[in-house]
Amino acid sequence: MNFTDIMRRSPQANRREFLRTAANGVGAWALSDLLTSDGFAAGGQVLAPHFAPTAKNVIYLFMEGGPSQYELFDPKPALQKYDGMSLPPEMTRDMKLAFIKPSAKVMASQFKFSPQGQSGMELSELAPYLGEVADDICLIRSMQTDAFNHHPGQLLLFTGSIVPGRPTMGSWALYGLGSESENLPGFVVLTSGKGTSGGTSNFSSGFMPSLYQGTPFRSKGDPILYLTNPDGIDRAAQRQTIDFVGAMNRLHEEQVGDSEIDSRIAAYELAFRMQMEAPDLMDFSDESPETLEMYGIESENEHRRQYATNCLLARRMVQRGVRFVLMMDASWDDHTYLNDRLPKRMEETDQPTAALLKDLKRLGLLDETLVVWGGEFGRTPMVEIRKPEEAANAGRDHHPSAFSMWMAGGGVKGGYVHGETDELCLTVAKDPVHVHDLQATMLHCLGFDHERLTYPFMGRNFRLTDVHGKVVRDLLS
Amino acid sequence: MSGLRLDRREDALKGGYSGAVLVPGDAEASRLLDRVRSDKDGFRMPPVGARLTTAQTDAIAEWIAAGAVWPDRQQSSAANTRSTDHWSFQPIAKAAPPSVKQQAWVRNPVDRFVLAKLEAEGVTPAAEADRRTLVRRAAFDLTGLPLTPEQIAEFINDKSPDAYERLVDRLMSSRHYGERQAIPWLDAARYADSDGYERDPLRPHAWRWRDWVINALNDDKPFDRFTIEQLAGDLLPNPTLEQKVATGFLRNGIKNREAGTQNDEKRFEETIDRASTVGTVWLGLTVGCAQCHDHKYDPISQKEFYEFFANFNNAVETDINAPLPIQADSFAEAYPVYRQRRAAIWQRYGTGQLFDEWRAMILKTMDEPGINTDWDEELTEWRAANDRADWLMLSAESALTDIDIDRRADWFLRAIGPIFKKDEPTAALLKKVQEELAALQADVLAERTMAYTIEEQPEAKPTFIALRGDWKAPGVEVQPGTPAVLNPLEAQAKPARLALAEWIVDPKNPLTARVAVNRVWQELFGRGLVGTANDFGTQGKEPSHPELLDWLAATFVEDGWSQKKLLRRIVTSATYRQSSEARPELEERDPGNAWLARQNRLRLPAELVRDNALAVSGLLFGRIGGPSIHPPQPEGVGDLSYSRKDWPEDKGPERYRRGLYIFFRRTSPYPMLVNFDAPDTLTTNVQRERTDTPLQALNLLNDPVFIEAAQALALRACQDSADTDERVGKMFELTLGRLPTATESERVSRFQAAERSRLAEAAEAAAKTAPFVPPGMTRADLAAWTSVARGMLNLDEFVTRE
Repeated sequence: MNFTDIMRRSPQANRREFLRTAANGVGAWALSDLLTSDGFAAGGQVLAPHFAPTAKNVIYLFMEGGPSQYELFDPKPALQKYDGMSLPPEMTRDMKLAFIKPSAKVMASQFKFSPQGQSGMELSELAPYLGEVADDICLIRSMQTDAFNHHPGQLLLFTGSIVPGRPTMGSWALYGLGSESENLPGFVVLTSGKGTSGGTSNFSSGFMPSLYQGTPFRSKGDPILYLTNPDGIDRAAQRQTIDFVGAMNRLHEEQVGDSEIDSRIAAYELAFRMQMEAPDLMDFSDESPETLEMYGIESENEHRRQYATNCLLARRMVQRGVRFVLMMDASWDDHTYLNDRLPKRMEETDQPTAALLKDLKRLGLLDETLVVWGGEFGRTPMVEIRKPEEAANAGRDHHPSAFSMWMAGGGVKGGYVHGETDELCLTVAKDPVHVHDLQATMLHCLGFDHERLTYPFMGRNFRLTDVHGKVVRDLLS
Repeated sequence: MSGLRLDRREDALKGGYSGAVLVPGDAEASRLLDRVRSDKDGFRMPPVGARLTTAQTDAIAEWIAAGAVWPDRQQSSAANTRSTDHWSFQPIAKAAPPSVKQQAWVRNPVDRFVLAKLEAEGVTPAAEADRRTLVRRAAFDLTGLPLTPEQIAEFINDKSPDAYERLVDRLMSSRHYGERQAIPWLDAARYADSDGYERDPLRPHAWRWRDWVINALNDDKPFDRFTIEQLAGDLLPNPTLEQKVATGFLRNGIKNREAGTQNDEKRFEETIDRASTVGTVWLGLTVGCAQCHDHKYDPISQKEFYEFFANFNNAVETDINAPLPIQADSFAEAYPVYRQRRAAIWQRYGTGQLFDEWRAMILKTMDEPGINTDWDEELTEWRAANDRADWLMLSAESALTDIDIDRRADWFLRAIGPIFKKDEPTAALLKKVQEELAALQADVLAERTMAYTIEEQPEAKPTFIALRGDWKAPGVEVQPGTPAVLNPLEAQAKPARLALAEWIVDPKNPLTARVAVNRVWQELFGRGLVGTANDFGTQGKEPSHPELLDWLAATFVEDGWSQKKLLRRIVTSATYRQSSEARPELEERDPGNAWLARQNRLRLPAELVRDNALAVSGLLFGRIGGPSIHPPQPEGVGDLSYSRKDWPEDKGPERYRRGLYIFFRRTSPYPMLVNFDAPDTLTTNVQRERTDTPLQALNLLNDPVFIEAAQALALRACQDSADTDERVGKMFELTLGRLPTATESERVSRFQAAERSRLAEAAEAAAKTAPFVPPGMTRADLAAWTSVARGMLNLDEFVTRE
């Protein structure tokens, strides 16, 4: 049975109305609770995606700012050839640049590439740990996007449109599949480093109800806002209060007969379970020392510690049924000091990232979890110099027309490189993958035809892929 | 090739939005041929299906070469006849209220329409809600604040037949009325206190427009004036300051200030947003859907969208001094002093010459970019952060307002440019100037109030269709206009934006009054007579009571567009006064309560959830208007955004002001508002969601704001009596506006007793729960009452308007 069919059969015939009302608000949190409490889909499989999914969960490692493909994924010996030279205008004519001019000079990469794994995937020396799992990743060298500024780029990546206000990927996943977690939100956001340009719009539910929006787990204070009881209230006392509130609510429900009150009672129960589950989730004492070491969590370096903690948290969340984990790491926006900052950041993140893949695989979770790594665009072959007197100051500008990303797990090929760029990675030479195609492919892995997973708003059926996108079958295993 | 019709010769020769495609007699000059012959997917026509064979394209070429002759019989076609007979495009027809059987139920004509439908379905209306429910409902709907037990008692004891009507009048004359009514309007206007996008710069004066709205609603400014002033107040003859402030409506949209964003693109996007917002808010039409192509469902062509867009395309943004009436005198006195002293400081340090050098370099970089990256960067930043940046930099001082001159100068003092940055004495000097100017401002103009407004460019800017919605692909030029399916726009010698505003409120406009009335209905019943408040087009829902909608709309116009009369008419109807209790017998037949056989229970909007807690606990600071506030929020909320601005928490009573005053920072909004479904303000919103999530539960249970309210509420409920039942009663009256049933009273007492024994054993917990104990009470007892108060603030009924 199809989710939409269930909605159509509901007593409140209109789906939009249905979602608007409180009775159903809890749905995205724990669909099973909702459906059984409403009595029209007791037990059993409640959702049927359009076809069999290859991934149940998504961990999206968003490297905010746009990591440089030249230093990490896409070796370009030709950069050496042009190093220090301006490119002929006809080569740069179509470039959209944020800060530099088309006449800026080319900058060679300082880092070596070598073949990794059985597949011989060429990866940079800055990613030695990733090299160890090269046979598990599906590297796309031919990514493209339309926006050359951060916020529009992030909106396009996560919502399919540079127009703000649309639902994000995680919201679509939750809308399509619901949550499997009884105790945690279905769409969770983890952050490390600085804030992101997109801010909350990277995990907003847009015009979908707010229950589809990502819930940020914070690295400071309460992991979820207002998770901790007020001073003087312990867990038993909180239970007493929730029981009192529930009893009073039930008395009122008897009087006014509004079944929506059930849903508020359920929300309080979920909140109470979340209060238990979230700290448990954050408590790594049940992890072996080997695991902690593999992620490299113990570190003097705060960014490293945060990022590695988030990687392990993401795995623990997926184990607990969280549908979509968005990890945002900021910032990879290396306009300056690229050759200092990028190696440092890779040093902080490479090991935990690879550990996440190894760990998921070891636990048999990689097959059902789609892991995606990448930024909102790539970087230019030309140098950006803000302090000409300082050689180390060199960096690269935003580059939307050709960049790299990788995916792993849940239904995508391992040890595979997709697409090619021209000799300078100015443009895609073969098999372009637009961010809309990435979205279509991700939804495909989750079991949805991106053209049929729609949400009606303002007289139109909206899609994650707007009016674009095609599934890139070559990526699929 | 959008906008192109090939079924009629006349249209085919005219071409599409990108211009002519056919040159009769010259096949090779005809763009049509390029398209059908192309190898390129996406460019080739037809876009789907098998491509034409060479034989076919040759045949087309021959036919064009021969003069592109159409057979006579094919001159007209039924193609492209999108529905214009849709109900909402028809004139508003005021029918006489129908006659009904149960005359006694009817309180005003509204009820006849509703009852006629119910009688036709064989359903009786619900009983009237009891008086306590009714008064609480009216208070939340009209002022958004609960009444005190004393005010409720006064109403209950008023046995006169018009007691309720007089209560409604009292509520509507409260200045809090404007605050409550402003909330949906602020949503529609996508009001926020920051720009949005990456850097999310703050808009410290945005509130000035919000104050205008509150005042306009309190003064019952007729909706036609309310409309014209917000869309074109600057174009009225001798506009007043307030009329200019009103145009802030058009300034509320998001604004991208990322470096590298092109000003033309930004302007285009902002104008699209203005046109789409006005289309949704006043016309209930998704005109924005025609940005890239003809509207798929409604009779709005892409050309008409850009004609609509053209009305706004000549608007430019300008910030003005806008002292509140109460500040006017002191401002008039202080401002000349400020200017004089500012000029003196500027002069004293020879700043003018340094500024001129800097400006000369910027101008040079504008002409010849790419020579020096530092100056390129300097210019990029200037352009990103300032509207009309090039114009502002190029203009001579004589062509600029004081504010623009200062903006340029202040920018210079902050940026100072690559040369002075390295020249320490000059950098120090400029810093000194900056400090002295800041000190001067603090000294003379500390409470300077400004407003973000719109004005018209002296020379009209041509508008072109943006092919595929892409601003870089201009098609044919269009003139300002309105969709042809609606009332005609009379040719007038007026600026287009003003003519548009007047056209919107022309009584002949079939949509404006219907849409406005529907939104009011939606606020009062949770659902509009048209269920899709944002879409009155063919994809929207049909009205449940079309005659009622038209009757209300027509009466609204006849009443001089008085919003207060409209609200009063609805809230005094028997329909509105019905009980909201469920009617299980109707759930199958009328699941969404479209027939209005009862009222609806509605979870309070985000702002009111907070207001209610502050009000019942006595913490609320009810001051109306003024700058936005910063109540306490958890540490680190802003960390998710790039800008990570400080949250200057209010230490004084400001923190207890109403929710609609909370500073709304687009990239990291106040979490409580987000949790309770306040819209994100990125686009217009005319219909809030109402969800129910565990985050709301955690928010009410654990947010220190609500804990503080619980502590205050406990003291308030306990202060007059030591008797448990009386305290329970007071607690109920304060929070729910009613007395408890015996069962409820018993349940509360039991909880209070359990908490008291727990807290008697836990001195530390008791001290945390009840930090201040008045004489005559034990700490454990008060702490237990605090637990009760916390429970009460978490009840479904507390956050619900019954």
